[in-house]
Amino acid sequence: MSKTVLTVDDSRTMRDMLKHSLLKAGFRVLQAEDGLDGLEVLKTEQPDVIVTDLNMPRLDGFGFIEAIRSHVDHKSMPVLILTTEVDSEKKIRAKAAGATGWIVKPFDPVKLVDAIRRVAA
Amino acid sequence: MDPMEEIRQTFFQECEEQLGELETGLLNMQAGNQSADTVNAVFRAVHSIKGGAGIFGLDELVKFAHTFETTLDSVRCGRMVATSGVMLILLRAADVLADLVHAARENTTLKPEQTKSLIEEFTKLNIEPTETSSPLANVSVTQTSLLVPLHPHNWKITFCPHPELYVKANEPALLLRDLRRLGEVEVVLDTSRLPELHQMDPDGAYLSWTILLQSECDEASVRDVFEFVEGDCDLNIMAMIVEADNPEEPPEFFDGFEFFVSNNVELPPALAASEKPEIIVKIDNLTTKPDPTATATIRVDLERVDRMIDLVGELVINEAMLSQRVLEAGIVRASGVAVALEELEHLTREIQDSVMAIRAQPVRSVFQRMPRLVREVAAQTGKQVRLLTEGESTEVDKTVIERIADPLTHMIRNAIDHGLETPEVRQASGKPVEGTVRLAALHRSGRIVVEVADDGAGINRNRVKAKAIENHLINADATLSDEEIDNLIFMPGFSTASTVTDISGRGVGMDVVRRSVQALGGRITISSRPGLGSTFTLSLPLTLAVLDGMVVNAAAHTLIVPLGAILETLQPRAQDVHPLDRQMSVLSLRGGYVPMLDVALALGYRSEAIDPTKSVALLVECEGGSQSVLLFDTIQGQRQVVIKSLEANYRAVPGIAAATVMGDGRVALILDVDSIVSTSRLELPRVEMMCAADTLMEAS
Repeated sequence: MSKTVLTVDDSRTMRDMLKHSLLKAGFRVLQAEDGLDGLEVLKTEQPDVIVTDLNMPRLDGFGFIEAIRSHVDHKSMPVLILTTEVDSEKKIRAKAAGATGWIVKPFDPVKLVDAIRRVAA
Repeated sequence: MDPMEEIRQTFFQECEEQLGELETGLLNMQAGNQSADTVNAVFRAVHSIKGGAGIFGLDELVKFAHTFETTLDSVRCGRMVATSGVMLILLRAADVLADLVHAARENTTLKPEQTKSLIEEFTKLNIEPTETSSPLANVSVTQTSLLVPLHPHNWKITFCPHPELYVKANEPALLLRDLRRLGEVEVVLDTSRLPELHQMDPDGAYLSWTILLQSECDEASVRDVFEFVEGDCDLNIMAMIVEADNPEEPPEFFDGFEFFVSNNVELPPALAASEKPEIIVKIDNLTTKPDPTATATIRVDLERVDRMIDLVGELVINEAMLSQRVLEAGIVRASGVAVALEELEHLTREIQDSVMAIRAQPVRSVFQRMPRLVREVAAQTGKQVRLLTEGESTEVDKTVIERIADPLTHMIRNAIDHGLETPEVRQASGKPVEGTVRLAALHRSGRIVVEVADDGAGINRNRVKAKAIENHLINADATLSDEEIDNLIFMPGFSTASTVTDISGRGVGMDVVRRSVQALGGRITISSRPGLGSTFTLSLPLTLAVLDGMVVNAAAHTLIVPLGAILETLQPRAQDVHPLDRQMSVLSLRGGYVPMLDVALALGYRSEAIDPTKSVALLVECEGGSQSVLLFDTIQGQRQVVIKSLEANYRAVPGIAAATVMGDGRVALILDVDSIVSTSRLELPRVEMMCAADTLMEAS
């Protein structure tokens, strides 16, 4: 069965792009516009991997990951960060929040898929 | 469409939205609201554009957005104070960013000097961004010897996960699988730290691995596998130059193993249980108090909406026809059929309103373009201008929004160029040096009203009048009210070369503005107070698809008078009617005189004017606020009609705005009140009028 990826990004362009690349790689794709929206999706879905942006309105990536990690059902869900941030402080913060890994935008679809396969159990 | 092209379209669409957000945010900041939310929104807008641009390899855009973003980040982190000087640079940067987006959309590039000066200013603003290459904290990676042989063929990797690694949903098995892709691996699992079952913490980390990897890859590739778990494990990667069947290998391996065990006697506790409730509470707060401004939206192709509006329009007409048939059949109003029909009418109306509401959009999108215009015109004229906007969330039909952008642009240009005085003049007359242009939108009696007001010198009536006489627009001895003089500027041929400047000129006079507003079924007026400024008022219908009208009969024809124009209905008394000539007469009304006009005569439906006392009179308001009385034979009643363009089906006819299909299936013409009043003194092409109705009748 194909793996499900939840993409969380406030940019429609990015969401569409991710969807395009991931569908092509054979994933099932769920979308959310920000952290809160993502949590909403998680109420009914159990994706295999989450790919999230950091800088988002309402609930940013850090808060989103913290929320996931504090939830008993999603504790062990791999979360990849997809961000343009190259700041190592942000990386450390994201890691501290419980991120599984990160990918730097603009992403290379092959590498993205590779990274997702790498963390999707 | 090619999916990539579609995403590209989405990107540019989104860019427009982000640019709007950016502008709004920056203006908020300029107005003194530098809250974290505002600055973050501004930052995010630029950030999103940069992110998307990266996908499409729009390097120039990425580069500029990045520089822009760096500056914004400094403001966000409090490293830089957004003084008014900084704000001006940021606003200009927003303009350049918009230009870059547009250039990218057109597949062109900007001249380097357009971005260069700003990039230089940014560089001046920013203390050279220091490369933050501080090592990751909490990294327990042992750096291996610098004397790594160039092509080691063997790696010994010791890997001992911390509980955090599991907490972050990493899976050692997957990492090991990745290593196997690099070459031959030999994995040894160390379970020596596993406690007794009853002592075991389900979130603990007790296992570690030693991997011997035979691969020609370099250390970086090995390290890459562990990229995500760096800091959440003890990792030691050692190059081994091994000769075949190295007998030393096993002891060395155990050495490493010993090393780890000794370093991890005390296991870090798993996620402290006490932390959890706090986080959960935080989430609860977030979910129960969503941002009140955020509403769920979906995006729908405009074509689908328009198709639906069209169908609902047909539904309304059909419903009206059905009502009429039922009425004609002599079914009593209290009967079940009539009651059900009434219900249907009610529903139809509601569906129509709801569908129209889909096309309604806040005027924000147009208003957002104006600050930039103001900045540009202010710079060109050397004037200082502050733009105030009000009622940005006022909603109106999308087409109306699209089509008021040009008139509005022109009116604002005009307000700054002709309305506002130079700083010197303002100072001399005791006004604040900075002029104000106010742009406001509001709903008023079923229409949207947009006002452009300036606090400039007002209209110079003597000059306007002199010019109108000079251009033969009025007679030299004409007596005009102040209001009439002000409205002369809308006359075709008023704007002449002598007043055309770079800014408000471009060969477009206010008459063109008026015409384009009229084409939308709107009205434009000006009121001016000398020394205090002028106010342009645009009044437009909320939708272009339906119209509330009064159904009247003129001779044998059915006409619709837009309800918005009607002030009251009258029954003229003989003593109030004062004939001027054979066709024209005035009505004395509450102490004043109002011209009367027999519409059927004006449209050529009959040759003799109707006796006003035997007719129904509608007092209407025309552009500029002047009043007229229109005479008809009878009034049928009030009705919402679906507008069908006359131009699209026939051609534009003076005095007629559009057509509609009535309940009985016949075509009725919708009267253009302003035009019929203003052209009533001219000879109307009467034959044409009748042809228009006949042609439409045949077409329907």
